Amino acid sequence: MRIIHANIIEETVRELCIHANTHIPGDILSALTAAQAREKSRIAKNILSDILENNRLAAAENIPACQDTGMAVIFVDIGQQVHVEGDFNEAIQNGVRRGYKDGYLRSSIVGDPLERVNTGDNTPAMITTRIVPGDRLKITVAPKGFGCENMSRLAMLKPAEGEKAVRDFILKTILEAGPNACPPMVVGVGIGGSFDKVAETAKRALLRPVGSRNANPRIAAMEAELEKAANDSGIGPQGFGGRTTVLAVLIETLPTHIAALPVAVNINCHSTRHETRTL
Amino acid sequence: MNAIHLTAPFIRNEDLRKLAELRAGDRVLISGTVFTARDAAHKKMIELLDSDQPLPFDPNGAVIYYVGPTPPRPGGVIGSAGPTTASRMDAYTPRLLEMGVKGLIGKGYRSEAVRESLAENRAIYFGATGGAGVLLSKRIVAAEVVAFPELGTEAVRKLTIRDLPATVVTDFKKNYLYVCGPETWRSQNLPERGENQ
Repeated sequence: MRIIHANIIEETVRELCIHANTHIPGDILSALTAAQAREKSRIAKNILSDILENNRLAAAENIPACQDTGMAVIFVDIGQQVHVEGDFNEAIQNGVRRGYKDGYLRSSIVGDPLERVNTGDNTPAMITTRIVPGDRLKITVAPKGFGCENMSRLAMLKPAEGEKAVRDFILKTILEAGPNACPPMVVGVGIGGSFDKVAETAKRALLRPVGSRNANPRIAAMEAELEKAANDSGIGPQGFGGRTTVLAVLIETLPTHIAALPVAVNINCHSTRHETRTL
Repeated sequence: MNAIHLTAPFIRNEDLRKLAELRAGDRVLISGTVFTARDAAHKKMIELLDSDQPLPFDPNGAVIYYVGPTPPRPGGVIGSAGPTTASRMDAYTPRLLEMGVKGLIGKGYRSEAVRESLAENRAIYFGATGGAGVLLSKRIVAAEVVAFPELGTEAVRKLTIRDLPATVVTDFKKNYLYVCGPETWRSQNLPERGENQ
């Protein structure tokens, strides 16, 4: 058994909240740079230059790249040999509370969806845990903006509708998201599972590096074809017209019921932020 | 193409003439005074109007920027300050345009009713680059909360801006960049239907 103190978890979450919001990941920066070089449309090229310059300034000056510093979405893989000394959930919430205050990040959470009063410290975070083998504790903080989150969709399709219906639903969701989702977008997709697990899988897919492909060739081909179809729409950066509508479509699958074909599409903007640390 | 310079509020004849000449896709640099408002502030402003009270700012020629900034660092003017999704304000917008508001800065689709109202009231919807909050904040030289401080990031702020970059999304000829921009790109970049199939 390995003991990890809750205050270490709190401090880690605090640091990850600040760093993830001010430093856009390298895979996104590379994809934006390549897209900027490929764009022929003047307006699209300018927008991508603005975004790259914005992200450079954010990292250099430790200012959040986007004012929507998001809901704090947190994934934790807990090794089954780990014992957390102290309150695990409270440690994460305190880490978020301190990170958002110390990093001058925005408080964007309301305590009740209908009363709509801001909690003032960006808590509560949305925490998803998994028990895994080993004695490590892996924490991922993925601040999620809601301009794009609002354009995400879930469908329970019929198995008889098959792969074509899955593709059509994913593409329709991307095209309808359009300028509202701050394109170029990163698209996380879950196929299979149950109503709850398909959504979680779509969100986890957003953690995969842009430029990676699913190991299953059939799914990898679907990713590539959907990227092409989305980019042929001409929506382009910010929806003003151009080639780069998506930076990536990242699909993950899971087993499902004989009666079901669930599909979840979680839309992310070009500020796709996530950072992981293993304790 | 050179950017077109505009000064807010849009009240001088010279500015109003410029608005009429703007076309969807034009790049503009906006200077002057604008007011921030997003979901909660719009709801409160409409409640004020419903009880016959004035808006927190003079609507005549006013420009509204849909933004909820991050807090400034000590000694700073404002934090990250990019546009939020405009369609959430659609329900409130025509009433403000009828009162004289001439410019809206945000990102994303507007409803048909808002686009009609923009054309009727001779006002422009501009798109600022979503997710470029740091870059845009560099063009904000002063910020002051003028109403609803209890809303935190959603309070109404008076911003003094210098050369804030934006793109014309709707114009008086009812062009809509989210439709004509992608259409133009497709006509120039995709093979005709039937070829290469």
